Amino acid sequence: MTGEHSSKQYDHDLETIRSKVLLMGGLVESHFHDAMSCFRTGNADQAEAVIQSDLEVNRLEVALDDMCSHLIVKRQPAANDLRTVMATGKVITDLERIGDESTKIARISKEANMNRRGASMFNGYDTVRVLAGSVADMLHHSLDAFARLDDAKAVQLIAQDAIIDNDFRSIMRNLITFMMEDPSTITSSLNTMWVAKAIERIADHAKNIAEHTIYIVEGKDIRHSDYVAIKQDQKIDNE
Amino acid sequence: MTTTQTNNLKKAIEIDGLNFFYGATRSLRDINLNIFDKKVTAFIGPSGCGKSTLLRTLNRMYDLYPGQRAEGKIIYKGKNILDADQDINLLRAKVGMVFQKPTPFPMSVYDNIAFGVRLYENLSKGEMDERVEWALKKAAIWTEVKDKLNKSGLSLSGGQQQRLCIARGVSVKPEILLLDEPTSALDPISTVKIEELIHELKEEYTIAIVTHNMQQAARCSDFTAYMYLGELVEFGETDHIFMNPVKKETQDYITGRFG
Repeated sequence: MTGEHSSKQYDHDLETIRSKVLLMGGLVESHFHDAMSCFRTGNADQAEAVIQSDLEVNRLEVALDDMCSHLIVKRQPAANDLRTVMATGKVITDLERIGDESTKIARISKEANMNRRGASMFNGYDTVRVLAGSVADMLHHSLDAFARLDDAKAVQLIAQDAIIDNDFRSIMRNLITFMMEDPSTITSSLNTMWVAKAIERIADHAKNIAEHTIYIVEGKDIRHSDYVAIKQDQKIDNE
Repeated sequence: MTTTQTNNLKKAIEIDGLNFFYGATRSLRDINLNIFDKKVTAFIGPSGCGKSTLLRTLNRMYDLYPGQRAEGKIIYKGKNILDADQDINLLRAKVGMVFQKPTPFPMSVYDNIAFGVRLYENLSKGEMDERVEWALKKAAIWTEVKDKLNKSGLSLSGGQQQRLCIARGVSVKPEILLLDEPTSALDPISTVKIEELIHELKEEYTIAIVTHNMQQAARCSDFTAYMYLGELVEFGETDHIFMNPVKKETQDYITGRFG
């Protein structure tokens, strides 16, 4: 934020929204972390806890949506304030979806554990461990970029999503090979594939958050454009 | 704003290096600005920034007051209207003005309109009736006053009085309308009617409006000029000024981070 409003209450309202978004972001991050740990251990209780805690994320989304509408009707925000409120409305949707993906991972972990027969030859967690690590980082940095209004970092994150997509495709090829070689791995391979897909979707949402950040800072809606490619070309030229 | 966006637009008024003095006090500083034909240009800024002063130079309203003078150029139809040989009555017929407080003459609704027309044109009774009806219709007040054309203009409500003044401004068929906070004394419903009217009038007229209501500027103008301490800080398309202004000072003002 630049400077303070003449109205202290307006500043207070904006700050409340901002801190609640960051709280929601923190919750979503920790749920993703917990969901991945469920997938590693197959701990059904922990999985159930992740599924339950998603309700809190949903509640925050509804509350924040309401706060944004109220701010618009009371203050008629303009320029950067308006962009902040509009982008916040979209960021919370992305955060809520990330929560849903984590819930999906937790649910798969729980069911996979119940169906597990004997020691599996196949370790699904190891297959997605690196991908999950990169995406957790990406999510963290996208929230950081949003909090600090760091558009340069946001550009990097958007570019990083392409790498994640590639990693996902190579995991998929890997899993197909497993299934062809040994049909007894099909169930666990498919579960791993759903988890990998959920992780890849989380990266997409993190990328959206980065795009919203650029919208707040620069006033440009860069979705579905070649903005990042151009920015990166410029960067290479400058170096 | 990039020049390409406004290149195709016709300029109604070109303001070039305009300075304005109240005695020794300089209240406009080197203003350069184009007002585009058949567009609404809004002037916003805190009290005392010079926006009303600027508007008042456009039809030389300041001539009424001794000690006030303007320097620079205001080109209208190829002529600098600040030149001493400018016919001021003709200028004011072409560049009409509506003030903050409704200023109906203490005469009938009909004569409020006809009075100005008689100064410039010699119309028959029938033609005058038509002109009065036409002006009142243009100002979206005809249906409300058609049965009380002989009543005093002062008997109308504030919103009606203001629209009567706009009708009076329109009646002499000006090309440019200057509106100095036309809705600041009106209730929300009358305000909406005036704003609707601005929207309709810009089909045929060039409009410049001074307003303290930023949402009003955002709603009814095509271009917005932000002024501060007698200087033009930023001028651009209204959508751009309110979504993503270039200057930080403009952003601070329109988001309420001022003062």
